[in-house]
Amino acid sequence: MSGRAAAAANRAALLRDARRERMRLFGLGTPALLLVIVLMVIPVGWLFWLSALADDGSLSAVNYLRLVALPSYRRILLATFEISAAATVLCVALGYPLAYTLSLLPERLANLCLLGVLMPFWTSILVRTYAWLVLLQRHGLVNEWGMRLGLWQRPLELVHDVTGTLIGLVHIMLPFLVLPAYGSMRAVDRECLRAAASLGAAPMQAFWRVFLPLSLPGVLAGALMVFILCLGSFVTPAMLGGGKVIMVANAIATDVQIFYNWGAASALGAVLLVLTGAILWAAARLAGSERLFGGHGG
Amino acid sequence: MSGHDPHAGHAGRLWRYVLSGCVLAFLVLPTLIVVPMSFSASQYLEFPPQHWSLRWYAAYAGSAEWRRATATSLKAAGLTVLVATPLGTLAAYGLIAAGVRRARAVPALLLAPLVVPVILVGIGVFYVYVRLGLVNTLAGLVAAHSMLALPLVFLVAKSALEGFDLTQETVARSLGATRLRAFLLVTLPQIRFAIATAGVLAFLTSFDEVVVAMFVSGGDNATLTRAMFDALRDQIDPTIAAISTVMVAVSSLLVLLVQALGRARR
Repeated sequence: MSGRAAAAANRAALLRDARRERMRLFGLGTPALLLVIVLMVIPVGWLFWLSALADDGSLSAVNYLRLVALPSYRRILLATFEISAAATVLCVALGYPLAYTLSLLPERLANLCLLGVLMPFWTSILVRTYAWLVLLQRHGLVNEWGMRLGLWQRPLELVHDVTGTLIGLVHIMLPFLVLPAYGSMRAVDRECLRAAASLGAAPMQAFWRVFLPLSLPGVLAGALMVFILCLGSFVTPAMLGGGKVIMVANAIATDVQIFYNWGAASALGAVLLVLTGAILWAAARLAGSERLFGGHGG
Repeated sequence: MSGHDPHAGHAGRLWRYVLSGCVLAFLVLPTLIVVPMSFSASQYLEFPPQHWSLRWYAAYAGSAEWRRATATSLKAAGLTVLVATPLGTLAAYGLIAAGVRRARAVPALLLAPLVVPVILVGIGVFYVYVRLGLVNTLAGLVAAHSMLALPLVFLVAKSALEGFDLTQETVARSLGATRLRAFLLVTLPQIRFAIATAGVLAFLTSFDEVVVAMFVSGGDNATLTRAMFDALRDQIDPTIAAISTVMVAVSSLLVLLVQALGRARR
């Protein structure tokens, strides 16, 4: 065998080895992937399949037609949309100023305040919802102090209604808006603002025409994240809605646990998942997916 | 960055500081206010409590049902750490060490539990477990919680490994170490704080989880969150204020521990 042929054979063998090694390393992810596939991909696929079956087991769109035709389901879908949209708007209205203030603070102080923003991430959603239940109930702290201060005469019905649900949702979702908004605000090059000022822009004008557009990607990504998390929320409406606020996730749980109506539950679930996926796709296009996953869900 | 605000006059700035302060208080205070209330001696929750006592803690500790639920939650969370942390770390290591940049599907799949509405995971897992006879078992609960915790472990381990120079492993191997030895003796010690963080996140994911637990945990294996959720449907039991305080304390301690560990490293 000539030297050149041997070298080529060697190279081929090395490449094969490297490829095999890569496959082996890649295989280290198999257990994790299996867990996700068995406990999520297959069950969710199963749900989609169920949603396409009529009561007698034949393929049909009857479950989806019912979602449109029955007023009760229409109402649930509409309520879910309205509450999620309202919570998202409130989160932007409260979260944007907070993120903006934090972005102007010295970094150490801002980090301290961010700890407060992050605190909800390590306290259970149940604990936080319970706190609101205690604070907002008829003889709770908010009513007691509001009446003592003469703000209102008799106890307000703050909980067991849409009001309570909204307060609870905004409380849980705010960090998901503040964190990405803060991130994109910190990244804004302040020289741009000085440039705007030197070209004659008034402070407000510089804010609206330079700062706001530059901070928008993070805010939008956060708002979309808040919206999809609201769409799927279950605990807050169940506990603070007092049975009057039924969102999609609550309807799914009731259909499964009480009515054993897997057809309706799976169709609602499919709608929820497709909507979530579509909005997430839009969000990922608006801002990198890295930023979207800055925090973790609740 | 200095603290001056280029966009508004004094009044506007003051107004914005007040609003921001209020929002921050709105985020933090409700959870904290339950803590003093849990030490109230009265039958109802009051703030500030007129008389202090530990009666609600005694009620918590004295109830066999709450004790069992607490034990279940702690066991499930501990086992979730043991399952999710190695699985997620392995997946991240494999992906980084193989240097596969194009395989987008794998990370996407591993991150999916983060964004798929948890109610779907709940009923989906329930559907599967009914057939496998895993409903109301600890093993089933741990498997489901591990799946939910995987994306967090994966993200934390991946970002730690991305900041780590894998050539060090190559050096170790050129000196005769096997791949496993190189990982255990060279890589692992350097990313151990990230792994600890990932473990804490996995613990909290399981410990705080409500929806999946509602579907697949019950009977003797009902979690603390499930028992709380059921109890809260009927009435506002002050015992739950005590339990909430304990939960906040456990979570905060874990987070502080990780922070302290991270600081000690520097």
